[in-house]
Amino acid sequence: MPVESLFDQLEPLLARVSKPIQYVGGELGATVKDWDAAEVRWALMYPDAYEVGLPNQGVQILYELLNEQDGVLAERTYAVWPDLERLMREHGIAQFTVDAHRPVGAFDLLGVSFATELGYTNLLTALDLAGIPLLSADRGDDHPIVLAGGHAAFNPEPVADFLDAAVLGDGEEIVLAVTEVVREWKAEGSPGGRDELLLRLAAGGGVYVPRFYDVTYRPDGAIAAVVPNRPGVPETVRKHTVMDLDQWPYPRKPLVPLAETVHERYSVEIFRGCTRGCRFCQAGMITRPVRERSVETVGAMVAEGVRNSGFAEVGLLSLSSADHSEIGEIAKGLADRYEGTNTSLSLPSTRVDAFNVTLADELSRNGRRSGLTFAPEGGTERMRRVINKMVSEDDLIRTVSTAYGSGWRQVKLYFMCGLPTETDDDVLAIADLAKRVIEAGRQASGRGDIRCTVSIGGFVPKPHTPFQWAGQADHEVVDARLRKLREKVKSDRRFGKAIGLRYHEGKPSMVEGLLSRGDRRVGRVIKAVWDDGGRFDGWGEHFSYDRWTACAEAALAGEPVDLAWYTTRERDRDEVLPWDHLDSGLDRDWLWDDWQDAVDEVELDDCRWTPCFDCGVCPSMGTEIQTGPTGRTLLPLTPV
Amino acid sequence: MPAVQKLRVRFAKRGRLRFTSHRDFQRAFERALRRADVPMAWSQGFTPHPKVSYAGAAPTGAASEAEYLELAVTRVCDPEQVRAALDAALPPGLDVVQVVEAGPGALADRLQASSWAIELPGAVPEQAAAAVTEFLAAASVPVERLTKNRVRQLDPRAAVLRLTADTAADPVTLRTVVRHQSPTVRPDEVLAGLRLVAGFTPPQPPRAVRLAQGEWDDDTGELADPLADAPERHDT
Repeated sequence: MPVESLFDQLEPLLARVSKPIQYVGGELGATVKDWDAAEVRWALMYPDAYEVGLPNQGVQILYELLNEQDGVLAERTYAVWPDLERLMREHGIAQFTVDAHRPVGAFDLLGVSFATELGYTNLLTALDLAGIPLLSADRGDDHPIVLAGGHAAFNPEPVADFLDAAVLGDGEEIVLAVTEVVREWKAEGSPGGRDELLLRLAAGGGVYVPRFYDVTYRPDGAIAAVVPNRPGVPETVRKHTVMDLDQWPYPRKPLVPLAETVHERYSVEIFRGCTRGCRFCQAGMITRPVRERSVETVGAMVAEGVRNSGFAEVGLLSLSSADHSEIGEIAKGLADRYEGTNTSLSLPSTRVDAFNVTLADELSRNGRRSGLTFAPEGGTERMRRVINKMVSEDDLIRTVSTAYGSGWRQVKLYFMCGLPTETDDDVLAIADLAKRVIEAGRQASGRGDIRCTVSIGGFVPKPHTPFQWAGQADHEVVDARLRKLREKVKSDRRFGKAIGLRYHEGKPSMVEGLLSRGDRRVGRVIKAVWDDGGRFDGWGEHFSYDRWTACAEAALAGEPVDLAWYTTRERDRDEVLPWDHLDSGLDRDWLWDDWQDAVDEVELDDCRWTPCFDCGVCPSMGTEIQTGPTGRTLLPLTPV
Repeated sequence: MPAVQKLRVRFAKRGRLRFTSHRDFQRAFERALRRADVPMAWSQGFTPHPKVSYAGAAPTGAASEAEYLELAVTRVCDPEQVRAALDAALPPGLDVVQVVEAGPGALADRLQASSWAIELPGAVPEQAAAAVTEFLAAASVPVERLTKNRVRQLDPRAAVLRLTADTAADPVTLRTVVRHQSPTVRPDEVLAGLRLVAGFTPPQPPRAVRLAQGEWDDDTGELADPLADAPERHDT
């Protein structure tokens, strides 16, 4: 079946929308393959605006990897802004890929990467524009398989009715495995239609197909059981873990956009996983164990990535970049290599540790020293013991003193509000901490013009973390605490200008909470919100809390559950959680014990340098910690 | 390192990349300079930038065969090598057409007027021709441009040196030469003028392409090539 480009139809509309460049494709690094020569065709979606979606590492990795395979084609699609959505509906133009402007409905698979739950309504827009029925149950053999991945896919239940399948964990291997299943099934003449294909995907145990699991509820609203309804479908679905990052050195040919995007840099993951054990951190829990990429591979990827892209910035990504066992060598090697080239290097996630300042000094030795960021997350030592963020106040003061003393003018501190067991005093203590930071900084630098910016986010309990049982703080509580904090910071004139305070109101966190820990019944709320015009929920100017609460009330009427039941309610140990059949490798008893330790303010060390504490991941997933030091060095570049 | 040579670059914005805004182009071009290993001179200061001067850019959505910029390099380069390297480093659709060593005077002084072709898909040829006649007969045609903060008055009639409707072309195509002034009149504003004087409105979005920029010669009715008198290069 020939598939035509929609570009000729789209083009006349582009003059009438904002930032049309985001819809035309043609980026460096983009690939367009012959449609007819491909046996398996993937459309990959990041369900947010192009400017946010394009830099996404997950999509770029899978896009490049899939296009490298013979007989496989992958193109990208992003959420279109409401101005274009309106015009597309008016002119009958379907959701398209930016690569060859092919209609998304013509692909075999639509892979959607959910980094956050706030993209759910955008998925519905894309499905609807693509002419794909919103409900999996309504789709036929000619519709793409809609498959979700990304961190939010560790609890896909709120969108289970809209998905055909979901995968957990690292995508590199499973995306190829899924491709092979589809290729074989198509080569055999698509026996048994869609149902058989989904069954083949589910039977391997690595792909979750929601329709093959029945969920029953108790009279009180909690889940009674989640049970497979087909023979051959496993009771639990396992996450995927890539064990040798050096074998998967992607992205090699980074996508370089013409449009301005949120990250304009070449990013390389220097390791995956984190065992610091911060109890609020879903990413740290679901990506275990730690697997480092070797110094040589990092060096080679950066060299090739910078050469291919022309980016002036390199980001060394991970959940806690200074924890790489050879980060010193990486930092020094790259700083040496790019000296005098106006290439800047950054470590986006760093811990509170004086060593980080040394690293940052090294990375910025040729450039400017504008700001350094640390994340103590909690205002008091008690709070930090609860969340297992093992940083003492003295550590923090020592660290920032070093930073200000070595020429950094601004320090940014990240905190959360609404943490379990938190009181007003825990939040007000942030003001005292910020003042000590400024005092120490003025002393260390001998200057009066240093600044400290305090950024505060609302805490949302996430699945597969020790806080999955916790009651979320109500937005009114969070807002009241932040107001008090602002008053306290402002009340002391000596620091008025030196301390900046940034926070958002707590309402969006309630919706994030609903979508994070929701079950299949929440799908009705999402659908109702979307029907009512809900789009781009991650964007303040589009998000409507009133719409979400009104739709939640209407869609859950007659059920024993409501918004508060999903968010502010603390769960007990025996409650079946909506994601219990999805296996992140974490032992449920260990998670519960860690939750109890949190309440008791007991800390837990990192298994990279203390004995295993039996979180369960390595034995159940057949994985192991991979860290150095290897003693190897960054290879020098041969001049071309 | 100090600049030792200035190069003038003519590039084109074609096909779907005509939707590239000037800011988008600047970012893409600076990356292309890095990929192409052009030995750029950098500005001093807190955030150093490669020394590139951009001449008045075609509006977002308009294609162009004749965009110009000038760059300063710290090593004497072969212009043709720079052209080939930059062209390879930019995505197809942003195409480097010509690079020459800078001639005397300022580049901007040579870019005094633009020649445009404006395709009008779906327009009735006679209506377009009639609108052009009325436009040319008018003494002035005041149109407004909305910017973020204010409304500016422009007179496209005063800026238009030549305007014809090519009714033999399919689709019907306006050909115009517009003198640069501040603010420079865009193809959209010529069309706004036609709407004002003759009520002429193209049924579909027009497609404009800048064909040339240069110094207007009243006698020949041509634009002089701004890169024509590049100095002879003697390789050392």
